Amino acid sequence: MSNAATTAPAPAAPPPVEKIRIKVDGRDIDVPKLMPDWQGKLVPTTMLQACQMAAQEVPHYCYHPRLPIAGNCRMCLVEFGTPVMDPATKKPVLNEDGSTKIARSVLPYEPQTPRGAIACATPISPGMELYPSSPATKQMREAVLESLLINHPLDCPICDQAGECKLQEYSVQHGQAQSRFVEAKVHKPKAVDLGPRIVLDDERCILCTRCVRFTRDIAGDDALGIVNRGSYNTIATAPGKQFDNNYSLNTVDICPVGALTSKDFRFKMRVWFLKETKSLCTSCGTGCNITIGSRENVIHRFEPRDNDAVNGSWMCDSGRLNYPWIGRADRLQQVLVRGQASDWGSALGEITTHLRNASDGSVAIIASARQTTEELYLLRQLAVRVGALTDSVEREGEADRLLVSADRNPNSQGARLTGIAYTEIGISIPSIADGIRSGKIKTLIVFGEDVTKCGIDAGLLATVGTLIVSDILPNATTAAAHYLLPGCAHAEKRGTFINAKGRVQKFLKAVEPRGDARPEWEFLAELAKSLGAVDGLSTIEGLFNKMASDVPALAGVDWSKLGDHGVTVPV
Amino acid sequence: MPEEQRLILKHADQPGYTPDIECYIRHGGYDALRKALATPGRDLPDGKKLSSREVIRDEVLKSGLRGRGGAGFSAGLKWSFVDRRSGKPIYLICNADESEPGTFKDRQILHKDPHQLIEGMIISCWANDVKLAYIYIRGEMPHGARLLNQALEEARAKGFLGKNILGSGSEVEIYVHRGAGAYICGEETGLIESLEGKRPYPRIKPPYFPAVLGLYMCPTIVNNVETLCHVKHIVNMGGPEYAKLGTPNNTGTRIVSLSGDVRKPGYFEVEVGKVTLGEIIFHENFGGGLKPGRTLKAIIPGGSSSKVLKAGEKFKLRRKGADGQMVAVETDLLDLPYDFDSLQQAGTMSGSGAVIVMDDTREIVDVLANVSEFYAHESCGQCTPCREGALWMSKALHRMTTGGGRTQDADYLLHIAQNIQGRTICAFGEAAAWPVLSFVKKFKDDFVARGKADEEARAKGIVPASHH
Repeated sequence: MSNAATTAPAPAAPPPVEKIRIKVDGRDIDVPKLMPDWQGKLVPTTMLQACQMAAQEVPHYCYHPRLPIAGNCRMCLVEFGTPVMDPATKKPVLNEDGSTKIARSVLPYEPQTPRGAIACATPISPGMELYPSSPATKQMREAVLESLLINHPLDCPICDQAGECKLQEYSVQHGQAQSRFVEAKVHKPKAVDLGPRIVLDDERCILCTRCVRFTRDIAGDDALGIVNRGSYNTIATAPGKQFDNNYSLNTVDICPVGALTSKDFRFKMRVWFLKETKSLCTSCGTGCNITIGSRENVIHRFEPRDNDAVNGSWMCDSGRLNYPWIGRADRLQQVLVRGQASDWGSALGEITTHLRNASDGSVAIIASARQTTEELYLLRQLAVRVGALTDSVEREGEADRLLVSADRNPNSQGARLTGIAYTEIGISIPSIADGIRSGKIKTLIVFGEDVTKCGIDAGLLATVGTLIVSDILPNATTAAAHYLLPGCAHAEKRGTFINAKGRVQKFLKAVEPRGDARPEWEFLAELAKSLGAVDGLSTIEGLFNKMASDVPALAGVDWSKLGDHGVTVPV
Repeated sequence: MPEEQRLILKHADQPGYTPDIECYIRHGGYDALRKALATPGRDLPDGKKLSSREVIRDEVLKSGLRGRGGAGFSAGLKWSFVDRRSGKPIYLICNADESEPGTFKDRQILHKDPHQLIEGMIISCWANDVKLAYIYIRGEMPHGARLLNQALEEARAKGFLGKNILGSGSEVEIYVHRGAGAYICGEETGLIESLEGKRPYPRIKPPYFPAVLGLYMCPTIVNNVETLCHVKHIVNMGGPEYAKLGTPNNTGTRIVSLSGDVRKPGYFEVEVGKVTLGEIIFHENFGGGLKPGRTLKAIIPGGSSSKVLKAGEKFKLRRKGADGQMVAVETDLLDLPYDFDSLQQAGTMSGSGAVIVMDDTREIVDVLANVSEFYAHESCGQCTPCREGALWMSKALHRMTTGGGRTQDADYLLHIAQNIQGRTICAFGEAAAWPVLSFVKKFKDDFVARGKADEEARAKGIVPASHH
């Protein structure tokens, strides 16, 4: 098991990659003959991919690596040349200096004018020369940008996309300072209510059709199309139909301009003020990688973060919008002992004393599979120390064909692998309830669950001698707690979750905890130390590495190996 | 003496000739199909064997037939590109979306002799192992669609179509699909998208060449109405014999649609290259000359998207001299042979065979504004340069025709057009840009003068009727 953890599912010896030699801006580069397309199928490498490998970024709007190619924006037009072949010998013709003679691509009807090819869709061929920095290529880009801007409203000051807009970026990099356009602009619908979560500004739209392709080819909901013709083209839903699938907000992310905006986010915050924190979505067992956008301890949005092994570039709308609770006014912020305000030192001291004196088998722990793996590990160490029965609470929902997992806990595997729960999560809860009923269990520790909703009703809970609860928001269990320890949302701490497929992924802290609340792993580590269960775990890195050395499934993993995208362990 | 050479339209305009199958058969109809089906295979000198279907394809290649839709590409070569090893069905589509302004030739066939097209299609299907073909007919031609459907019914009843055509064991079926009125549906990949029930956005090439990834991602042949009719005559005559019609590399006959400022606008079927542009306009057998007292100003030689030719222009045509060497021969505009290659060498194209004549009463700026408005209206809007550029040019020209001209507008228009041609998904970019490029370059004085006059008028406080 020592080398069980890998960054990719068991790679066999990679087959030799056939390469093609081409030139990019005069520099030789060998690129693979085939590369994955948007579905991962190996197809001939495109000029755009080749330029990327040569560190020559080709600007583009409609191209997206995870969508079928449309080729409509023309921003990626690149001047190119191909070797002149001798028709008789079928061999390249050489110049006098021995170099290969290259024919630059020109308009067939106007041989003095270079002809570009769209880099996103044009395959490379041996000996081809690409000129992504040539004057002709630059002129083509300038012209496309000029065209895109003539009818654009140029309302950047009030546009949500400002600051992360490809029109702005490319205008700076490739555009011209002036427009020749002196005609009246085309006017199109503004603030179109496309569906429950999306507003469309048709005047800002550059008609790249990323949204159309995403919802048709990725979300499987052919909800968007184009109506009208030519410059009057407009993105629209079918008459009377709403753009309303659980992935609709991804179109806001991939919209290169400010046409599609999220009702949740629009006009809320200038994006350049947002701090970006790498994190995870906690709404199900998929563990989509996200970026949290926050400013001054307020979270303003979740956005998906690319991870090929988990969520590609996408996340579902329900997960994305599952953040406002973090800022709720009724968040638990105060350490309470028997309903009275207390402090961490006193409460943890009393709990330590209580647990030290607890008899074997008289303590039970119910820990949510929404807690981090490190917290579950620490709780398990406590349980071993005091001889406690442990379990977690199952959350089941309906899976979809794309990302949503039937397991609605973010860390069920963490609960299983740390030993908090069995494969069948929640199977021990009836035994715990029986233990309370029979008086055998006198102390109940609950982390992050309202146990009155899963088998231990309020009446039974009231009979528990000592109820130690940590949670984030108030509920019937926190109301009954003798010791209430305010915990943190994942956005307020660091840690890992193990997704349903065994992907161990870390998340970072975006905002500060509320009031006296502390990351659970911190005070659990203190408790574990004072009880003599485990020691020396004052950092999350150290804690994770200790856990990895203890938990068989995590063997060989350490914090530094998790990177931004995590590692997969056998589950 | 230049005269018509009617092959396709041989019967169409004869008194008493009707579009029904009985009339067609009385005039030798479907004999070519029988001949094609009975064609024996052929042994080649190199020991290879041609199947009977390959023989027909070979005859079409040898005939030199070039597409009559606009691009003038070799029909036989086009057929040879078809991927016959994909294991997928091969489709044939007749492009009957005749929409190029000035063009009214295909509708003569569709309205007067639909069975000729159907026979040409059945032969083409059979020769290419096509079992299912479509006729994509322009939405504005409901009568043609009705006639075609009726003709197809008749052909089915006679056993020319169906599971076992004429007892040969071969299957061919043809359906009519009506467009909904968009010029872009004449672009073959836009047509295919439309036929698939989608918005007719032309496909990117590569990878979607119809011969490999066409209708329903299957190999597909798209030919023009007139082109497919010629196949029947090639089978009747044999490829080499057919190739004697017309001139080398510009074989056969083609129907010229003549319109504009001539005494006798109309359509004329001529041998390709045997008649000059001047003859088409001025000869009594064709256009009969200009209206009294007028002089020639310009000619659009191949549909409104082709580059305009200016009266008095001279061209250097490459011709084989007496010693067999290529020499440049200076040729006056009106002496240009009306064929594919000569017009190309003159910097324009014969396109769809539509000749539009403008005399001295025409204001060039107004003519271009008209043409440009059409292309702005018909741009599908898929790709940026055409979507934005076509309307931009049209708006600028509209401004110029309503008193808002500027002296720099000529260069302004050239700048816009140059940023469209060669940068779009389909040839519509050229179709929109070429009229502007050619009109403005060749008649620059007219555009500058119009702009200057407008500027002077505005300086005097005369408010233009409308800027936009």
